[in-house]
Amino acid sequence: MTWAAVLLAGLGCYLLKLAGLSVPPRVLERPCVSRVADLVPVALLAALIAVQVFSTGHRWVLDARAAGLAVALGLLLLRAPFLVVVAGAALTAALLRLA
Amino acid sequence: MPAPDESHAAIVRDGLGVGLATGAYGVSFGAISVAAGLSVLQTCALSLLVFTGASQFALVGVIAAGGAPLAGTLTALLLGTRNTLYGLRLATTLGWHGWRRTTAAHLVIDESTAMALVRPTPATARVGFLSTGVAVFGFWNLATLAGALAGTAIGDPRTYGLDAAVGGAFLALVWPRLHTPLNRAVALVAAAVALGIVPTSPAGVPVLAAAGVALLAGLLAGRGGAR
Repeated sequence: MTWAAVLLAGLGCYLLKLAGLSVPPRVLERPCVSRVADLVPVALLAALIAVQVFSTGHRWVLDARAAGLAVALGLLLLRAPFLVVVAGAALTAALLRLA
Repeated sequence: MPAPDESHAAIVRDGLGVGLATGAYGVSFGAISVAAGLSVLQTCALSLLVFTGASQFALVGVIAAGGAPLAGTLTALLLGTRNTLYGLRLATTLGWHGWRRTTAAHLVIDESTAMALVRPTPATARVGFLSTGVAVFGFWNLATLAGALAGTAIGDPRTYGLDAAVGGAFLALVWPRLHTPLNRAVALVAAAVALGIVPTSPAGVPVLAAAGVALLAGLLAGRGGAR
């Protein structure tokens, strides 16, 4: 099942890229379509953050992951690079669990 | 914007730099993916075949949360739609057809698009696109393998806070997109909706429901005349 998910994602994501290079621009470049396309990643990523950090299975959970996210937010406000943000979140959670 | 007479060597050097920087976080993808329960081979297949970071993180994120793998695929595809828009913008600049276009399509990602669209001429845009795309592809896949191997060697990923790293990675990915009030509002509502239905819906569904928020907001914003 995981392999099917991996291969389908690979095929689908490639076809999405190829479609952009192949389709006449005016077909998809309507303001409404481009606005939705701009908002979809924002909504999905925000939802992924919420679900990843504040839930386990079907329960809401507030634990070391939330502290990690708070540190990540602080680092982003300080314009830290991607890897520093990710490492900061991980390190915070790891240290809190040690304590 | 770079000077029109910028040398191809300088553009390639920039591309390599971006490739190295972007590729480096392939290490975190590799480690997070095996922590989510994917094998090293599956993890490497994702980086080779999907080759678009946010989609890959999303797929393993859904699986890590206990969602059906195909729900992960659907989320990955929805995130991959932005590459279609990049392609639309690149098509006329690159002007490639046949096998060139079929091959180049795989390299249409955030970084290669950005490095192509800042160039003033089609010739330099092509060099920027190709050098960045190829460099990111190479480093991203090497780094994924390294991260996956390291991830399997360290034992329980929670000890190292790798489960918290996922949230940090997603926040860093969405960060540059929160530049307008509409985008920030959509992010907050999407997060609230997803979290709100977590207790009552199958894993993977809350994230997909968030796409509905984007669709609704996109349609309503147009109707209200708000930009």
